[in-house]
Amino acid sequence: MTPFQQVLDAHRDLVWRVCVAAAGRNDADDCFQETWLAALRAYPRLDDGANVRAWLVTIAQRKAIDAHRGRARRPVAAGELPDAPAPARPESDDGLWDAVRALPPGQRAAITLRYAGDLRPREVAQALGISDEAARRRIADGLKSLRLEVQPT
Amino acid sequence: MTPLTPPSGSPPPELLDRLVARAAQEGLLDVAYTTVDSPLGPLVAAATPRGLATLSYSEFRGGIDAVLEDLAQRLSPRILEAPARLDAVRRELDEYFAGRRRSFDIPVDLVLTRGFGRRILEATAAIPFGETRSYREVAAGAGNVKATRAAGNALGHNPVPIVVPCHRVLRTGGSLGGYTGGLEKKETLLRLEGVLL
Repeated sequence: MTPFQQVLDAHRDLVWRVCVAAAGRNDADDCFQETWLAALRAYPRLDDGANVRAWLVTIAQRKAIDAHRGRARRPVAAGELPDAPAPARPESDDGLWDAVRALPPGQRAAITLRYAGDLRPREVAQALGISDEAARRRIADGLKSLRLEVQPT
Repeated sequence: MTPLTPPSGSPPPELLDRLVARAAQEGLLDVAYTTVDSPLGPLVAAATPRGLATLSYSEFRGGIDAVLEDLAQRLSPRILEAPARLDAVRRELDEYFAGRRRSFDIPVDLVLTRGFGRRILEATAAIPFGETRSYREVAAGAGNVKATRAAGNALGHNPVPIVVPCHRVLRTGGSLGGYTGGLEKKETLLRLEGVLL
């Protein structure tokens, strides 16, 4: 089995991007930690031929939801601005990812896996335990909702 | 064409440090490793929670990746680079090579050895700085005076050279015998300890 450090080196930026996209910058640290700890816990039992990248992205997408929920339950300190805009990042679509986090759970998961995790539609289907067809539909529906919400009038 | 660009960037370095610390806390870090520079070339040091399990002459053992894959197979794939967890190892090695340390205090985990081979290494660990023993004496110390060949074999596979001082074991009559990292390394160590001039 590949030493875990090599898995971490190969995929840490991807996992980080999924966490930032799916949990938001405020919760990305938690998401990142919990993802890698869960991966480390399960790693020795992972199948030899497993798609490690898709496996990690799937864990990260789930942990993002946990991290986000965790924050929603925590009281917000006075003066803290949970939705303050992140520092400007020219090549990214942080605003659009805020909108993704507001999508219905199925679409949200599919869009995150597809575009933050860079999984192919077939891998998205496997990650979510749904048919290829259903995965494609969720991705398409999600994109449609986003355009409706985000497009400037 | 991707309609949605993922956020850019990399995780902050301190986040990775915290991850390693938490992995250790939660008992998920089976092997922590780092590299250590030494006068004998770069070493890979790897420790289990019980102690130093490997100190490899990485060049001799096929490079760091080969060392790590071997550990993944024989110990656990839960391996992370964790220099801070090997600070004491680095410090004691530095002191040893600087001539300021004669014995190591760091715990050693002989998990990669078993049976007679382990007993040979335990007997070897007891040889003081600056002294030498014959293969035969070490075999006797491990409980089988006749097993000199097995002793040589066990010493040749010593996973923790320098710290378990297999360089202090010589042929009867004083010729050097063999050494896992090459004979010139054995000579360097024996010179450092004043055995050779």
